[in-house]
Amino acid sequence: MNRGRLILCLLAGVLFGVGLAISGMTDPARVIGFLDVTGNWDPALLFVMAGAVSVYGLGMRSLGRFGNRGLKLPSAAPGPLDRRLVVGAAIFGLGWGLGGFCPGPALANLGAVRAEALVFVPLMALGMFLAQRIFKADR
Amino acid sequence: MNHYTILNPIIGGILIGAASLLATVESGKIPGISGVFGRLLVAETPDKVWRGIFLLGLIGGAAASFFLWQSAAIYRPLRPLFIMAIAGLLVGFGTRLGGGCTSGHGVCGVGMGARDSIVATMIFIAIAIVTVFLYNRIAL
Repeated sequence: MNRGRLILCLLAGVLFGVGLAISGMTDPARVIGFLDVTGNWDPALLFVMAGAVSVYGLGMRSLGRFGNRGLKLPSAAPGPLDRRLVVGAAIFGLGWGLGGFCPGPALANLGAVRAEALVFVPLMALGMFLAQRIFKADR
Repeated sequence: MNHYTILNPIIGGILIGAASLLATVESGKIPGISGVFGRLLVAETPDKVWRGIFLLGLIGGAAASFFLWQSAAIYRPLRPLFIMAIAGLLVGFGTRLGGGCTSGHGVCGVGMGARDSIVATMIFIAIAIVTVFLYNRIAL
């Protein structure tokens, strides 16, 4: 990959990290507040998802339609609805509800050297390694 | 942006969507965080450089935001570290088994209207809601 593309990948990462931090999704109490539907419900995560899904969805649709000048876009074809998808999503949901961290916010919190992230991220890496070892990286 | 308002999640969400779009165009891959990170741990992955650079950018961008804006620096941990350890293991295993997390399935997949991602997103949100409900009643 050429240098220009790598710089734009770095920029994408920076924007992603800024977005996570500004949105409040790096605060586990806000994420757990969204999941706590019978308690003091915090809708913030819904606004984050709505904004992100709209921008990404509209962007991909426009690129697919108008921007086909040498652009290499990933396939939009969905993967199979299989047992691996269902079981994996359920295990992820269990961990997400327990900790209030999904992978992005956990990594972002490394930027502030927070204890929870320092514990969470290495074990997340171990979990990923094991899943990919046993079941292959591609679903 | 010293106070957290409704603009925080709206601006943050738009940035996350735009960042995902840019990373998709430049890498040619769906840039879900669990996949970008997880595949760094596989020896055969050919395109490790952009993955590492993207994730370093993510960590640096977040660090700069924590420093610049009080509303971004709000951090209220609710769980003891041993729970975070178990949660980390489950999140890592589950996201790579299920092929995505909140960004890969939740943002990119749902954004493209992919059926498998919509199903995965509904499952992990539902299970997480039940988990929080039970945790609040068992652990307190």
